[in-house]
Amino acid sequence: MSTSDRSHHPLLEVTDLRKSYGDRVVLDDVSLKVDAHEVVCLIGSSGSGKSTLLRCIDLLEEIDDGVIRLDGREISDPLVDQREVRGRVGMVFQAYNLFPHLSVLDNCTLAPRRVHGLSRAEAEERARDLLSTFGLAEHVAKHPDRLSGGQQQRVALVRALCTRPDLLLLDEITAALDPELVGEVLTIVRDLAERGTTMILATHEMSFAREVATSVCFLSEGRILEQGTPEQLFTDPREERTRQFLRRVLPPA
Amino acid sequence: MTVTDGWTPSPREVERRALRRRLRLRSITIAAFATVVFFAVLATVLVTSPGWASVKETFFSVEDAKASFPQIRDGFWLNIQLFLLAEPLILVIALGLALARQARSAWLAPIRGLAVAYIDFFRGVPTILLVLLLAFGMPALGLQGVPNSLFFWALMALVISYSAYVAEVFRAGIESIHPSQLASADALGLSRAQAMRHVVVPQAVRRVVPPLLNDFISLTKDTALVSSVALFDAVFSARDYTAFSFNFTPYVVVSLFFVVLTVPMARGTDYLQRRAMRRERAGAL
Repeated sequence: MSTSDRSHHPLLEVTDLRKSYGDRVVLDDVSLKVDAHEVVCLIGSSGSGKSTLLRCIDLLEEIDDGVIRLDGREISDPLVDQREVRGRVGMVFQAYNLFPHLSVLDNCTLAPRRVHGLSRAEAEERARDLLSTFGLAEHVAKHPDRLSGGQQQRVALVRALCTRPDLLLLDEITAALDPELVGEVLTIVRDLAERGTTMILATHEMSFAREVATSVCFLSEGRILEQGTPEQLFTDPREERTRQFLRRVLPPA
Repeated sequence: MTVTDGWTPSPREVERRALRRRLRLRSITIAAFATVVFFAVLATVLVTSPGWASVKETFFSVEDAKASFPQIRDGFWLNIQLFLLAEPLILVIALGLALARQARSAWLAPIRGLAVAYIDFFRGVPTILLVLLLAFGMPALGLQGVPNSLFFWALMALVISYSAYVAEVFRAGIESIHPSQLASADALGLSRAQAMRHVVVPQAVRRVVPPLLNDFISLTKDTALVSSVALFDAVFSARDYTAFSFNFTPYVVVSLFFVVLTVPMARGTDYLQRRAMRRERAGAL
C-alpha cells in the first residue's frame, strides 16, 4: 500500500521485546519482522504470549524492553503520539468489543469521522461499501447485540478496515465463535490476504494459518521458538516443542 | 511461566525509562505550577475585592471561630449520631424497597404496588417538610408505645426520605446487571430469590457504590435540616451564636466540619472500589 515506496524498511520490526506483569515474564526477547503485504500467523498454546505481543504492537501495553518500529520509526518511544500510530494500525479483538450503544453503521464510522476527519457522508459511504462487500448490508441499522457472533465479528473487522490501516492485528478473532460461524469470518480474512493487506494474526485455526500465512511463528513461554514458511513449519518443524504442539492440535494425518 | 533469567534492561530501555521519568517530572511540575497560579489568582481576587475588610471581619473572624467552636462541636455530635443511625436503616429499607419493586411473584403484587407508591410519594415531598411534619405532628398524635422525642421523628423523616431515593439507586443497579447473569443462575437451578441474593444483588451493590456515596454525603448535610425543629445540632448551635454576636464566622466553621467529615468518606470509598476492581479484573481487559 502506501508503504511500498519505502521498502527498505520492513513495515513492522520488533526487536528484543520484553514484557512482564510483575515478576511473570510474558514476552521474552521477541523479534519479528513484517513486510508490507505479508500475513504472519502467531500460533502456540494459550498463555504463550500471542495476544500480549499484538497488544504491545498496538501500544496497548507499556513494554519493559526492546524496540518496536513502524516504517522504520520507533513507536515504542514515550514521545511518540500513540493515537497517530493507532490511526495506522487496526486491531480486532477476540470478544469483538463492538460498542453496544451504537448501530453497526455508527460503530464503523466513529473512528473515520472523529479520528480521520472524514465527513459523515464519506465515512458512511465507505462503511456501507465494506459492510455490503462482506454481506452485512442488511444489518447496518441494527445494534450489535442483535447480530450473531459471526456477524458481530465481521462488523468488528469492517470497523477496523474503515480506517484503512496499513497493518491489521487480529487477536484470535474466531476463538469465541461456533465452528459453523468461523468460516464466514475467515472468508473475509482470506479475501483481505489476497488483496495484499498486511496482517498479523494470533490464531488456533491451523489449516487456515497454513493456507493464508506467508510466515508462521510458533510461540512458547513468551518466546518465538520457531519461525518459517507454513510448508516448512507445519511439515518439518525444527523444534521438538513445535512438533509436540502440532501433534496435539493437528488432526492425525 | 516465570523465566528466571539474568535480564538487565538494554541501553535503549534505560534511556526510555529516563525519558519517562523526565516526562513524569514535567507533568508534575506543570500540575504544581498550574495549581499555585490558580489559587494565587483566586486569593488575589478575594483579598482585593472592595468589601474584603468587612467580609473578613464578619465571616473569617478567628476569635469568633474559637468562641463558637465548642458549641458547634457538641452540636455536630448530634449530626453524626443522626447520620450513623440513619445510614444503616436507609440501606436496609431501600434495598428492601428495590427488591419489592423487582418482585415477580403474583402474590407479591400488593407489596410491589406499595413500594412504588412509597417511592413516588416520599421522593416527591421536600425533606424539610417531612422533618417538620413528622417531628411536630407525630408526637402530637399522642400514640401509645411510640417515642415522642423530636430526635426520633427527625431521624425517621430522614430515613423515610432517603430510603426512597436510595431504593431507586439500588433498582438502577439491579437492572444494570445483564440478563445473562440471571439466565446462568436459572440454569444452575437457583430460585429467583437465591439468584437475587447470591448473583444479582452483590454485583448491583458494587456497581452503585459511587451514586450511593453521593446520596450519603447528601444525607450528612441534610442532617442539618433538624435544626429547623430546634434540635441543637451544629447548624442550630451556629445560628444560636450568630443571633447574639452578629458575626457569621460560625457558619464557616460548620461548613468546615461537614467538609472534614465527607472528604475522607469519598476517598475511602474510592479506595475500596479500586481494590474491588483490581481483584475482579486482574489483567483481563
